[in-house]
Amino acid sequence: MNRNRRHVLFFVSAAVLFALLAWGMHDLPPFGHYRGPYGDLVNSATVYERHITDAITAVNFDFRGFDTLGEESILFMSVIGVGTLLRRQTKERKKDDAGESDELETRRAPDPSDAVKVITLGLVGPLVVYGLYIVTHGQVTPGGGFQGGVILATAPLLVYLAGDLKTFKHITSHSLVELGEAAGIFGFVAIGLLGLALGGQFLRNVLPLGEAGSIFSGGTVPLLNLATALAVAGGFISAIYAFLEQTVEMRMEGEE
Amino acid sequence: MLIMQVAILAFVAVTGTAVVLTRDPTNQVIGLSFYGLILALMFFIYQAPDVALSQIVIGAVALPLMFMLGLSKIRRNEQQREELKSKQKQEKAA
Repeated sequence: MNRNRRHVLFFVSAAVLFALLAWGMHDLPPFGHYRGPYGDLVNSATVYERHITDAITAVNFDFRGFDTLGEESILFMSVIGVGTLLRRQTKERKKDDAGESDELETRRAPDPSDAVKVITLGLVGPLVVYGLYIVTHGQVTPGGGFQGGVILATAPLLVYLAGDLKTFKHITSHSLVELGEAAGIFGFVAIGLLGLALGGQFLRNVLPLGEAGSIFSGGTVPLLNLATALAVAGGFISAIYAFLEQTVEMRMEGEE
Repeated sequence: MLIMQVAILAFVAVTGTAVVLTRDPTNQVIGLSFYGLILALMFFIYQAPDVALSQIVIGAVALPLMFMLGLSKIRRNEQQREELKSKQKQEKAA
């Protein structure tokens, strides 16, 4: 297909898509004028019934907690998939020096400059503190287990940017990361079963609710956030590690 | 507020188109990372800070990183194959 025909095809389909979108959207209520009842219901219920000031967290980890368990398992399964796809093949072997000395000058990764080292290593501490803050304050302010967990997972990545894979491996013990990931999923289910045992419903919020707006509020929600953070941080570190290992360390047989 | 909403939507459209029109994959990944940041800003302006927080890390760091590592692996394999071919040619010539 030549260039002109491709352009004609693109503009015709883009015009049709635009017309369909315009037709579908012209009756939508303007931004901020939601007509359904659920927004008002959730807004009025979270503070008084759950002592949670961030409505999104209340929906994700309380009213709709079972969905979140499903989403967490999706991440868990995808990490297992990545690990399975990127595992060492029979024809692959691992380089002992973690890719430090590469065969060709052009392929060797340049040493990070002093500026990169100072900035990235200086950012690791604040990043970890910020991640923990986001995890523990999910019930008070925007954020929570998922967001905080992903932020925490990028901390070892900064260390890799400033150093090499050896340092990355050194600070993220693989078995500990996997244990954290599994413990996160298990903890989520265990808290759900606690609700089943004490309240008759899976994931029912059975713990004391505390004072709305304080860090110890929301009953089981902060604990669920903590479990999610463990699972998400562990999952992302495992996935990043699998990618880094495959790219930096693995070589096909005969490759030098 | 309305000006900011319109401006950020226009910015998303421009950066998204720029990513699609970039031909070199490495540059495209850098563009994608920037596009991820702009999307996060859009979520924030449309009052969805929870989504914005996830989008910053996933869109600007995790996704481009995986593309970069994948590209690097593919490139290495291609170089490897070409080297093998030239070696075999030399052996035949000898």
